[in-house]
Amino acid sequence: MSRVDEPRPLVDLGNERPQVPAKARIMSPIVPRASISGRALVAVVAIMTFLASITTGAVLLVSASAAEWQSDVASEITLQVRPLAGRDIERDTAAVVEAVRTEPGIVEVRPFSREESAKLLEPWLGTGLSLDQLPVPRVIIARVQPGTALDLVGLRGRVMKAAPSASVDDHRAWIERMRSMTGATVFAGIGILALVIIATIISVSFATRGAMAANRPIVEVLHFVGAGDAYIANRFLRHFLRLGLEGGVIGGGAAMLAFGFSESIASWFSGTPVGDQFAALLGTFSLRPSGYLVLAIQAVAIAAITAWASRRTLLATLDDID
Amino acid sequence: MVRFENVGLRYGLGPEILRDLSFLIPAHSFQFLTGPSGAGKTSLLRLLFLSLRPTRGLVNLFGQDISLLGKEQIADLRKRIGIVLQDFRLLDHMTTYENVALPFRVMGREESSYRREVIDLLKWVGLGERMDALPPILSGGEKQRAAIARAVISRPQLLLADEPTGSVDPTLGRRLLRLFIELNKSGTAVIIATHDITLMEQYDARRLVLHQGRLHIYE
Repeated sequence: MSRVDEPRPLVDLGNERPQVPAKARIMSPIVPRASISGRALVAVVAIMTFLASITTGAVLLVSASAAEWQSDVASEITLQVRPLAGRDIERDTAAVVEAVRTEPGIVEVRPFSREESAKLLEPWLGTGLSLDQLPVPRVIIARVQPGTALDLVGLRGRVMKAAPSASVDDHRAWIERMRSMTGATVFAGIGILALVIIATIISVSFATRGAMAANRPIVEVLHFVGAGDAYIANRFLRHFLRLGLEGGVIGGGAAMLAFGFSESIASWFSGTPVGDQFAALLGTFSLRPSGYLVLAIQAVAIAAITAWASRRTLLATLDDID
Repeated sequence: MVRFENVGLRYGLGPEILRDLSFLIPAHSFQFLTGPSGAGKTSLLRLLFLSLRPTRGLVNLFGQDISLLGKEQIADLRKRIGIVLQDFRLLDHMTTYENVALPFRVMGREESSYRREVIDLLKWVGLGERMDALPPILSGGEKQRAAIARAVISRPQLLLADEPTGSVDPTLGRRLLRLFIELNKSGTAVIIATHDITLMEQYDARRLVLHQGRLHIYE
């Protein structure tokens, strides 16, 4: 603005006009940080983020293990040749092996020998078992080229032709069960996450209302000097975004540490029945790097939800204060 | 600048405390608003500041019918109005300087652009040595002067003051009146609500007298 455009001074102090410091003043924040009781809110957001991260991590672990299981199981088919009066089971087994080996997509066929079959039955029947005395079926495992769609109907027909007592099991029922279990786990995880997010929104809304009630005089004065709702909401929002981020970092960080240490914790229990069952179900209990990335994104998302819930409550509360 | 037509106001289901108010406040005008305690002076100031809506009648401010305005538009209009309330409404966590500079801060202006104006005005109202003091340690008179400085600093088009000299001695009261007169000369319409006969006798201005909810105007 040029000197010509400068308005006339409001007050004329003449010779008494004071010196004006050239240095900019450090201005107090419009909403004082101490006026928002943040510690409780940080604790709530941290706990919620921790629970959400543990849920997400567990879902990721179960999904990864189930996918591994499914791919293992889906890459095999099992054939059984049952003993039948008047037929030589050894010859039938060899004929089935030959029929399966020529099937396109089969990369390996391995019949269980008599000794191996006896070993499978050992836990129930004890040692020194002679299979000649029992009508025990023979098992053949065939490995399938990953990604190949087998012609199971044709295979069954050819196997039955080679040995009428033979049957083929592609583990479809087992895979379906695995799929349902994984789906149920993911569904439960999403349900828990939704509950955690709803609880976070409610807690943040209460905290925001409390902060607004405590700072009502500030809001009124800001209205007096012409501040709009968006301006006032943004002054408060900064505090809530910072509190949300603090809580998110604490909760998410604690969950990441927990998963980081879970591998060593799991190793303490290895060899025990419980430890072995868990290892069989969930593998090594360790999250992949992409899992940690998901947890970090989730922590930031919860901080953003905190800020969003706070803004929503702020604008609703500002409507009532004027 | 301000036009009231048959305006009435009641709180809840109570009796009407302001009745059939019809008047004009021209731009650049100066007027005292007076009347006995409980006559409704503060309520009328609140209507003028848009913190109350009339229960009937038309209020037109700066050429706009206020019944048609949204919250953000009202906030914009308030930037053109300065108000001094009896309870001062200073922010306790901010220094006197910061309280007075608050309207500029809300406008988004840089601190360097208004530093000279704020310091000069604080010196004028006798708070040059109290710039860095927080309101809880200011006397009643000092708080009142800080509240007046905050209301006038942005040179509003309309200034509303509720008993602005109630807590100061006569000498300082005259000085504050001079400030209002200067502000009026620079283009602001001024409405001062007061009981103080001495203050009104010091300056020949229009008088709006509220009595039993009705307004009588003495030019």
